[in-house]
Formats: sequence, C-alpha cells, structure tokens
Amino acid sequence: MTVKDIVLGKTVWRESGRSSDTRPSFLKLRASDLLAALSAVVLAFAALCALFPGWIAPYSPTLMLADRILLPPSAAHYFGTDYFGRDIFSVVVYGSRDSLLIGLASVLAGGLAGCVIGAVAGIAGGVIDLLLMRFIEIVMTIPGILLALAVAAVLGPNLFNIIFAVSISMVPGFARVFRSQIISVKERAFITAARSIGMPAPRIFFRHVLPNAWSPVLVMATIGLGTSILSAAGLSFLGLGVIKEIPDWGTLLSQGRGYLTVAWWISTFPGAAITLVVLAGNIIGDWLRDRLDPKREQR
Amino acid sequence: MVVLGALAMVFVIVYLLPGDPVYQIVDPASATPEVIENLRRQLGTDRPLPAQFADYAAKMLRGDFGRSIVNGDPVLPKIIEHFPATLSLTVCSAVFAAAIGIWLGVLSAIHRNGWIDFAARTLGLFGISMPTFWTGILLILFFSVRLGWFPAMGSDGWKTLVLPSAALGIIASGFIIRLVRNSMLEVLGEPFILTLRAKGLSERLVMYRHALRNALLPALTMIGVLVGDLMAGSVVIETVFSRQGIGRIVADALMAKDIPVIQGVILFSAVVYVLVNLLVDLSYSLVDPRVRKLQTRR
Repeated sequence: MTVKDIVLGKTVWRESGRSSDTRPSFLKLRASDLLAALSAVVLAFAALCALFPGWIAPYSPTLMLADRILLPPSAAHYFGTDYFGRDIFSVVVYGSRDSLLIGLASVLAGGLAGCVIGAVAGIAGGVIDLLLMRFIEIVMTIPGILLALAVAAVLGPNLFNIIFAVSISMVPGFARVFRSQIISVKERAFITAARSIGMPAPRIFFRHVLPNAWSPVLVMATIGLGTSILSAAGLSFLGLGVIKEIPDWGTLLSQGRGYLTVAWWISTFPGAAITLVVLAGNIIGDWLRDRLDPKREQR
Repeated sequence: MVVLGALAMVFVIVYLLPGDPVYQIVDPASATPEVIENLRRQLGTDRPLPAQFADYAAKMLRGDFGRSIVNGDPVLPKIIEHFPATLSLTVCSAVFAAAIGIWLGVLSAIHRNGWIDFAARTLGLFGISMPTFWTGILLILFFSVRLGWFPAMGSDGWKTLVLPSAALGIIASGFIIRLVRNSMLEVLGEPFILTLRAKGLSERLVMYRHALRNALLPALTMIGVLVGDLMAGSVVIETVFSRQGIGRIVADALMAKDIPVIQGVILFSAVVYVLVNLLVDLSYSLVDPRVRKLQTRR
C-alpha cells in the first residue's frame, strides 16, 4: 500500500461506499431494497395463508388419507404427508394462522405496554423513572423465553395466555428504547420552543415528541415480530402451545421429531416456514433502520 | 437487590396469577367454608401478602427452594446436580458463538460490501432467524442420521456436546457477527487507524492487533447478555438432544405442572445470569486500560 492509497481513499472507509456511484439517489435500487421487497412479498404470502388458507392449501388440514402415510415430498404433496396421512403443506398453511396471530398480537401488546412504560418514565423523570427502570431491569434478569415459559405454565395453555406470556418478554426492550428516545427528544430546542409559546403538554407530546421518537420503535416491532413468533414456536414445541385439531408450526415440528429417521420432511418444513417469516421480518427491520437513520446509510 | 426483585417477580407469577390456590386443591362448589378456611390457614394464604412474601423470600434465600410436587425431591440439590451439564453446554456454545461471530464479523468488516461481507451477514441473519429446535433437528438429520459423525442424543462424552453447542451457538453467533462488524467499522474510521497505516504497519497488524482489540468491548457485553439466552435456550436444546441438565428439568416440570421446580430453575438461572454479567463488568478493566485508569483515579 502506498502513501497515495492511504490518502486517496483506501483508508477513508466511510466515503468509499458512495463515491463510485454518481446516479441520482432515487435511481439507486440497491440489493438491500430488493431483499426488503422480497421479504415483504414473503410476509404478504404468509398473511394470505393465515387469512385465506382455503385458497392456497390443496387439502383439508384435518383430512387423513389412510393410504398415503409418510409419503416423501412430491408433486401431489409438496411437503409430503405425516403419520396420519395428512398433507403437510396444507397443515403448514393452516397452521400459519395461530403462529402469525400470536406473533403479531404479542408484539402489539408488549410493544404498547413497553412504550407506555417508557414514555411515562421518560416524561416524568425523577423517582418514577428510577422505579420503572429498576422494575424493567428486574424483568430483564429473567431470560425472555424462561419468563414466557413460567407464565404459560402457570396460566395454562390457551391462545390468550400464550400471547400474554410472550408479550411480557417483549416489554423491557420497548420500554428502554422508547424511554431513551423520549429523553433525547425532550431536550431538543423545538420542544422548549413549543413549551414557551404555551402549547399544552399532551399536544406537545403527540404533535412533536411522538413523531420524532417512534422510528426505532417501528424497527424494534418489525424485528420483535420475528422474536415473538420464535418464542411462541418454542412454547408450542415444549408442549405449552394451544392444543387444537390443526397444529401450529411449533407443534407440528415437535410432532415430527418422533419420525426424524423415517420422515425428515415433517419437522423440516414447518421449521423452514418459521425461519422464512422471521427472516423476512428481520430483513425488513434492518432495511427500515438503515432508511430511518441517515447516519447508518453508508454502511 | 436485583435478585430480590427477580424473587418478587417469580412470587407474583407463581402465587398471584392463577387466582386462589385453595381452589386448585378443592372444588369451590362442594367445599364448605370451614374446609376452605382451614386450607388457607395451612397454606398461609390467609395472611397479608407482604408477610407471605417475606416468608417466601427468607426460605429462598436460605436455599430452601421447596420440594417437587411430583416426587417430593428437594428442588435445589436436583438443580445443582444437573447444573454442570447445562454449564458445559452453555460455555461450549458461548465459545462456539464467540469464535464464529468474531471471526466472521471481522472478515465482513474488512471486506465491507464484498461477497464475504454479504455471505457473513446472510449467515448472521439466518442465525438469528432460525428456531433453535429446528437448527438442532437439522443438525441431527445431517450429522447423525445421514453422516453418523455425532450421536443424536445423550449427555456423556464430548461428542454429545458438539451438535447441541453448535445449534445454540449458531443463534448467538448471528448477533455477535453483526455487532463485531459494526464496531469494527466504527473503529476503522478513527484517526489512530490512519496513523497506524501511515506509519506503514501491515494491514494484518492494524486489523488484529489494534482495530479488533478496540472493537471487542461491545462484543464482550453482548456475550454476557447472550449467556442468559443460551441458558434459556438449553430448555429447548436439551429436550431436542435428550440431554441431562437444568433445561431438561424445566421441560419435564412443565409437562407435570411442577411449579416449585419451575420457579427454582428460573430463580437459579436469574442468579447465574446476574453473576455472569457482574463478571463481564469486572473483566472490562482487564481488557480495556481506559476503564482501569478510571477506576484507579476514583
């Protein structure tokens, strides 16, 4: 490496990414945009499965074909069949409903609760802030999955309880992020300006603080969707899921565990479905973060 | 202090959420008020909540975690007996995660926006998106069923440790890759890197001797946080691989609704988690001279 290299760019890492591309920014369709679009399609398809499973699944998820037990994947059964002769693809399609519902509801509930705690702590400050944050720290000492396990075990497995259990584990993250956002926005000059012209506090909060503080929460929620689907699947896998005729992804996966040596497809496909949806959520979350935070744009 | 708080949390979950425990023992419709009253006195639930909690906390702090309702075994000795298996699993997967995560994170920062970077980041994304139990099952399918290299279950010998550690470690490494990459990029933008290069230090030395050292601190914190996740993940992984360990105890207790065992393990892991993070905090001064200076100045 010559001195010229050093001065002219090799070491100026932050600039090197942009300098080569001189097209106007709206024409730069980057790989990350494409990936995010693809992920959106995946999520849309998953939502379609959850809302209208009948349109997509070729068989009924409860139909047991006694003459087609443990068939490997084929054109007739994309994901093969299980020990009862059920079409795995159809079960996965119908199973998306519970998995997605739990994921979505937990993020909404946990995110909302976390944001309320974070907002109260951030705005109030002082003793209230201290107490709330201590509380959040305490919740955080128990790893999320264990907390969800304990709550689900004590309350018993039904849909509402599982959503409750998973959403509790989401609260600390949201509370901390939203609090720090609120605190940093609160100190900015335009808030002081709003206050000095006598704007009422609720109006300042909703018109000025909130719009400037919500973007990291949005990113967290997108990524949290994946996390909560994973936790819910983990609960089902351990037998704490909602017991129903149509198994959700985690339950189906754990049912297939007994047939690993003879039928790899039973466990593999529901796991792939979980991974795909969570991956899509994470990719969109990353993309949003890069978009919403101009400082990270160049990385 | 934090442990006491965790104690209170578990108390709330176990004792308050399910409603009156008396009604879980007797049928409210058929039992006379006297029977219910007697039971309450026996269980101590007729007393005010703070008194109940004080009792409970005192018992826990003395190490009396109660007895399993399934077989009457005391909970704490059972946890301590099975802890080494989980500990070795957690340590192995943390080492696995740190090795893979730091290595790929550094590579991906060095070759930023190249194909190595892309591959490492994709791997990291997959790592954090796959359910642990699925990763475990895939590893079993490939390495034990197909290739027969490692046993699919059991917990004796190092061979049984490889697949479960890998399954847990892959998840954790996903987080570390991203973190190390970001902090490496941050460090590489600092002026002292420019100085080092200008004085003609080889790229390898710049990266590994100087940049990595400065980039590792956030990764260290992350590993402390991840230990909690790894321990929690052992619940699932020990079930998948039929290993012994405290995760397995919880999984079995969940099936049997063995509440004393569940709360015992949760408290135990919370304590371990707090201790590990304390150790991580203390180790800063070993790794980072700036922290050491700060402490002596104080």
